[in-house]
Amino acid sequence: MTLLQQQGGSDTVQELTVEEVRAKYGTLMPIDDEENMLLSMGPQHPSTHGVLRLVVELDGETIVNLAPDIGFLHTGIEKSMENQTYLKAQVMTDRMDYLAPMSNNLGYVLAVEKLMGVGSTPRADAIRVLLVELQRVSSHLVWLATHALDIAAMSVFLYCFREREYILDLFEMVSGQRMMNTYFRPGGVWRDLPEEFGPALEQFLDFMPARMADYETLLKDNPIWLQRTKDIGIISGEDAISWGLTGACLRGSGVDWDIRKATPYCGYETYDFEVPLGTVGDVYDRYRCRIEEMWQSLSLIRQAWEKMPSGPVNIDDRKIVPPPRSELGSSMEAVIHHFKLWTEGFQAPKGYIYQAIESPRGEFGCYLRGDGSAKPARVHFRTPSYVNLACLPTLAKGTFVADLVAIIGSTDIVLGEIDR
Amino acid sequence: MSLFDDLKKSVFFQVPAGMATTLKHVFKPPITIRYPDVKRPVRYRYKGRHHLRRYDNGLEKCIGCSLCAAACPADAIFVEASENTDEERYSPGERYASTYEINMLRCIFCGYCEDACPTEAIQLGHDYELAYYDRASAIYTKGMLIDMPINGMPSTPRQTEPGVFTQSIPDMEDPK
Repeated sequence: MTLLQQQGGSDTVQELTVEEVRAKYGTLMPIDDEENMLLSMGPQHPSTHGVLRLVVELDGETIVNLAPDIGFLHTGIEKSMENQTYLKAQVMTDRMDYLAPMSNNLGYVLAVEKLMGVGSTPRADAIRVLLVELQRVSSHLVWLATHALDIAAMSVFLYCFREREYILDLFEMVSGQRMMNTYFRPGGVWRDLPEEFGPALEQFLDFMPARMADYETLLKDNPIWLQRTKDIGIISGEDAISWGLTGACLRGSGVDWDIRKATPYCGYETYDFEVPLGTVGDVYDRYRCRIEEMWQSLSLIRQAWEKMPSGPVNIDDRKIVPPPRSELGSSMEAVIHHFKLWTEGFQAPKGYIYQAIESPRGEFGCYLRGDGSAKPARVHFRTPSYVNLACLPTLAKGTFVADLVAIIGSTDIVLGEIDR
Repeated sequence: MSLFDDLKKSVFFQVPAGMATTLKHVFKPPITIRYPDVKRPVRYRYKGRHHLRRYDNGLEKCIGCSLCAAACPADAIFVEASENTDEERYSPGERYASTYEINMLRCIFCGYCEDACPTEAIQLGHDYELAYYDRASAIYTKGMLIDMPINGMPSTPRQTEPGVFTQSIPDMEDPK
């Protein structure tokens, strides 16, 4: 008995009829023409940027219909968070959008602070803005790298990962971890920025514009790149709004909507930056939007670093932030607060809140419901990738199957965030 | 659009420009590291394998309070405490950890145990090569985690004078 038979060899997609596949996998995809081919892209397809399966109906090379099949990476994060205290649940937010853990942390931490009715210090706010914008650059670098690699521009991939490595090194300097940082905490940040961070950041700001210029040389006016991206996967501004798209997918269609401008958080209203917009709403416009966003992020990083206020990085509220280590040896009260916070955690009041931030992919929202205990009664995340993925059939219908990888790349989805 | 702009956007200009960018990197030193031979240095705050620290006098810092186990989001730590006596003293104060185990398969290296520890006993060090052949080796016991005493100080347990080591929580500085 072969391995295939043990696993139910007759269940492979090729041997089932179209109707059986639809019934078995529940894609509910109407088939227009029996002559059309049903192709299963993924879940291990390299261009799906994770474990995404796309059931594609093809007429020759043209995509007639398409249905995303998600859930391969389901980890039950939202449910698991209900069993942890507010602080301990934070480590799980890192693991949703693994390309932008800092942004996830920020969304969750701001939600907890809003529920608790506290804020953070000016220095903590500036540190948050600085690191979140660094995270945006790093996330967009991975997007550009993989997007270009999908369309066979390989050297961009190598250069982007080189720069991302530098940013991850900065994160390691600050938080001790390259990716799963858990650096922002309710009421402030984990520890102040280390001394070595300043020179390293300035070095980054010095060399990054030249590196960005390199990417522009390789792609911006390259005729091959233009042919693969121009007028492909077009979505109008109205459609983008009705699909609920956010981030560069929405701004590429010319809709001026950025959470940082619309409902500022962490003092974004005091920074000087622009929201880059596209016109047509094709793959190329989304590419331009993200590249311009990276330039804006570099400017924001510089602004945040230049005006970095001095002072404490945590609020002076012992019911939320554990006391400093230097007080533990001498103050019994500090020891009691320390033990209470690390065992029970802090109790959030009854009520629910929603806090949205602009993550690299779009509107990252966190819904939190407290029931008066130290654990959240319900946590829900409005993740941008999940919503942006939903419009994939609209984007891809009528295009060639070879363009599908370009369209997936331009929506910049992260499957960890979709399935969570 | 002028002729120059047309020319600048044509294949005959763009492809050589891209090639030149790529070619520029041929003459730069590689940024990759030959990993098993050359190890990447980690930063001061790096969160790697845990260490159980000792005082300069050789006594263990861990007082068996289990706060690290309570703070662990992954339930990776197991601590069992026993009583210190002046004849058999492991750590200052009343209690010490007789069993201390960390399941490295569960650990997510968030560093909450280090933050929660009231005596700076557990600290995340700089070791990151933590592969093993079977699951049982993933359980790091106290003997594997604890540091050796420095400066030729005696190890624990040891006999101490009564009434000297009474304070469990030492005076500490804020971590950098």
